[in-house]
Amino acid sequence: MAMTEQEILAGLGEIIDEIAGVPADEVTPGKNFVDDLDIDSLSMVEIAVAAQDRFGVEIPDEELKNLRTVQDVVSYVHRSAVSA
Amino acid sequence: MRLPAGAPAARIVAFGGYQPANVITNHDLAATIATSDEWIRSRVGITSRRIAGPDESVADMAVAAGGKALAASGLTADGIDLVIVATCTPEVQIPNTSASVAHRLGIRAPGAYDLNAACAGFCYALASASDAVRAGSAHAALVIGAEKLSSWVDWTDRSTAIIFADGAGAAVVTGADAARDAAIGPVVWGSAGEHANKIFISNQSFLFQEGLSVFRWATTALAPVARAACERAGVAPSELAAFVPHQANLRIVEAIARQLGAPDVIVANDIIEAGNTSSASIPLALARMTEKGHLGSGAPVLVLGFGAGLTYAAQVIIMP
Repeated sequence: MAMTEQEILAGLGEIIDEIAGVPADEVTPGKNFVDDLDIDSLSMVEIAVAAQDRFGVEIPDEELKNLRTVQDVVSYVHRSAVSA
Repeated sequence: MRLPAGAPAARIVAFGGYQPANVITNHDLAATIATSDEWIRSRVGITSRRIAGPDESVADMAVAAGGKALAASGLTADGIDLVIVATCTPEVQIPNTSASVAHRLGIRAPGAYDLNAACAGFCYALASASDAVRAGSAHAALVIGAEKLSSWVDWTDRSTAIIFADGAGAAVVTGADAARDAAIGPVVWGSAGEHANKIFISNQSFLFQEGLSVFRWATTALAPVARAACERAGVAPSELAAFVPHQANLRIVEAIARQLGAPDVIVANDIIEAGNTSSASIPLALARMTEKGHLGSGAPVLVLGFGAGLTYAAQVIIMP
């Protein structure tokens, strides 16, 4: 039951809204977490944990520094889910 | 061989807290390291912390807090027969802090040991004191969490210099007359030794912490421990008056509180003007909340310690 990138983006938007208070419709692919969405490294950990629960993919701490934009996370989740 | 009867249950009769006089604000830190008041407030929630004087020891702070708790307890020094000091920052390996603290408080020949479970230390020590009183190993115990973390912080390392601070908190524990008067609930304690390398003091010099890993562990592994402590005590989270976790970082405190299932509970935020004082943080918060009238007699409170080891311990207590 592979999710499309669009579905992942929508799910991620809900997670980010809940954790960081950023409205889901502002969570667009090109947005940078730190510069555009004002989301710090601690919130990224919470988002990664919620994304793990929701999408069933592991996002280890070492990976977080590579996930700079919303699209980075969407691609990562999509890639990991497909290869699982 | 005979076994003593012990007490049917245990309770805390008084708290006492001590913070050193020297205040270090975020602005003070920003003058010497690359940080800012805004950054510190948003990442850890601290606005100021206290640092012990160069000649002020862990024992000094333990004596100050312990003395206050003893004075508030209605007991005399003669009534105490066990002193436990939870600390991970004693100045020397031996002698232990507790025997000296007991002597300085005029407590004659009590059982005395130090307990190192880092930031879970106070909850571990409280459980141990409760067990001792119930087993008949002691009649009344003085339990103290005291730390001088400033001695171990690299003041040029902005990841730790902004967080750790000094202080002490104490509680006097006695028996309760009947099981129904139990005011220290069963402990849920444990450890995660596979993460031992996440928080440590290296080469006898500096405190090191892998912040993101610890944050992830604390915000995922500990809410179940907290709920288990409530269940073991037969007190639902919604019945709690307050949740007093180790004041590691306000973001961690708030994240665990959100997962507790008790939206109306008062959540301790003592870290704001105390910093992270390891084993002192919980009793310091409890002493201050009592002093300010936030917690009345009979209020059920969940305490949750967690930290280096990694170790953790939680129990429900009823406020004196």
